[in-house]
Amino acid sequence: MPKQTPLNAAHRAAGARMVDFGGWDMPVNYGSQIDEHHAVRKDAGMFDVSHMRAVDLAGPGVRDFLRYALANNVDKLKEPGKALYSCLLRQDGGVLDDLIVYFLREDAFRIVVNAGTTDKDIAWFRALLADHAPQVHLTARDDLAMIAVQGPNARAKSWQALPGTEAATANLRPFFGADVAAKQGGVFIARTGYTGEDGFEIMVPATRAEATWHALSAAGVRPCGLGARDTLRLEAGMNLYGQDMDESVSPLASGLAWTVDLASPRDFVGKDALRVHPPTQALLGLVLLEPGGVLRAHQKVNTAHGDGEVTSGTFSPTLGKSIALARLPVGIAAGDIVKVAVRDKQLSVRVVKPPFVRHGKVLVE
Amino acid sequence: MNVPADRKYAESHEWARARPDGTVDVGISDHAQAALGDLVFIELPVVGRKLAAGEASAIVESVKAASDVYAPVAGDVVAVNDDVTSAPEKVNEDAYEAWLFRLKPADPDALSKLLDAAAYEKSIR
Repeated sequence: MPKQTPLNAAHRAAGARMVDFGGWDMPVNYGSQIDEHHAVRKDAGMFDVSHMRAVDLAGPGVRDFLRYALANNVDKLKEPGKALYSCLLRQDGGVLDDLIVYFLREDAFRIVVNAGTTDKDIAWFRALLADHAPQVHLTARDDLAMIAVQGPNARAKSWQALPGTEAATANLRPFFGADVAAKQGGVFIARTGYTGEDGFEIMVPATRAEATWHALSAAGVRPCGLGARDTLRLEAGMNLYGQDMDESVSPLASGLAWTVDLASPRDFVGKDALRVHPPTQALLGLVLLEPGGVLRAHQKVNTAHGDGEVTSGTFSPTLGKSIALARLPVGIAAGDIVKVAVRDKQLSVRVVKPPFVRHGKVLVE
Repeated sequence: MNVPADRKYAESHEWARARPDGTVDVGISDHAQAALGDLVFIELPVVGRKLAAGEASAIVESVKAASDVYAPVAGDVVAVNDDVTSAPEKVNEDAYEAWLFRLKPADPDALSKLLDAAAYEKSIR
């Protein structure tokens, strides 16, 4: 029996088509996922992301602990509320998960991890804490629901739907979050997302999830399912854990070198392995140049430097073409034309540097 | 669920409708298009191809996934609907109007072996 978010009944009442996603019963669309995609690019859409888990770490020395536990450097977090994207690595450099860490106070950080990896991550953190920082306390926030409101009009419509939040978040810069608990009974709003558009990710007590969802809907924010979430994140050139990277690959072969700080003297889990094993592959974007099908995960890419593989592929509603992320041999660069095996055909694709789309604008040829 | 009674169905979610001249139009059911989601690519068989019953004969791809379309009865392909290859969303809009290909059935009585609307509706319930 898949798990349900606090918004399950609201999705079903809205006619959502539900699927099992990482053990959770989630909406894939409420009709047309392409229409939902365009709503986010042009106006405002919302996603139930309550299956993702907020994990609070609190106690003296929590920053030192995270400096060691995460591949990105939490020393970049100087102002309270600032967020940082990071990989969580194994000792051998494989990617356990990707996550966002928020600096709340010097003794309190919040991490948001993927749904399918929550139990694994918490067990990993608990074991690391026991060895390195037993005084730091971990709390999995099962009591919170999370709604991502995304699109050029997302912030304005959120303020309209949630009175009292505008004052606390109007000056919030991208990749910052703020507690608006005093006014809204425990609401955390961050200017983050997974679509390449402006917007908020809003954490509320699970008991208030439905009221928040309906208020956003009444303000004209369109409910969107995981189908649109996938095409939006792929256009935005953002990786999906379990598909574009996992425990068997290095972040350096996953387009995530920018998040891994190998230069500083700081030691962190996985660092030695990454230094010893330079990547032989890189994650790049593909744009299909001819008709014949849709790029999909696991299709083989044929290049002059050897074979590669599509890790995520779809039809891009914004470009009107099929696009993909693919792991390609080092030596292949943006601008190259390579072939992808789609059923019995070899289709031409152009290699591009992701993202494909940001803030409603197409960035690739 | 929308399952018109003027045609027959295969368990693999194709519909087949006899035309006055004895040829048979083939498409996918409303249930199938809804399960696939927004269609973005359709590949149809070439005219003249001889299909066995149950043979993979066309491909429909949605944003989510690719799926084969099987010939509900054996026969020769006598026409294909180019409107759906240029605008795959027509199948989402009206799956029973947007036929994919037309067969001249090898056995004129072959449709009688397929499911009627009531039986198909029961199979997808």
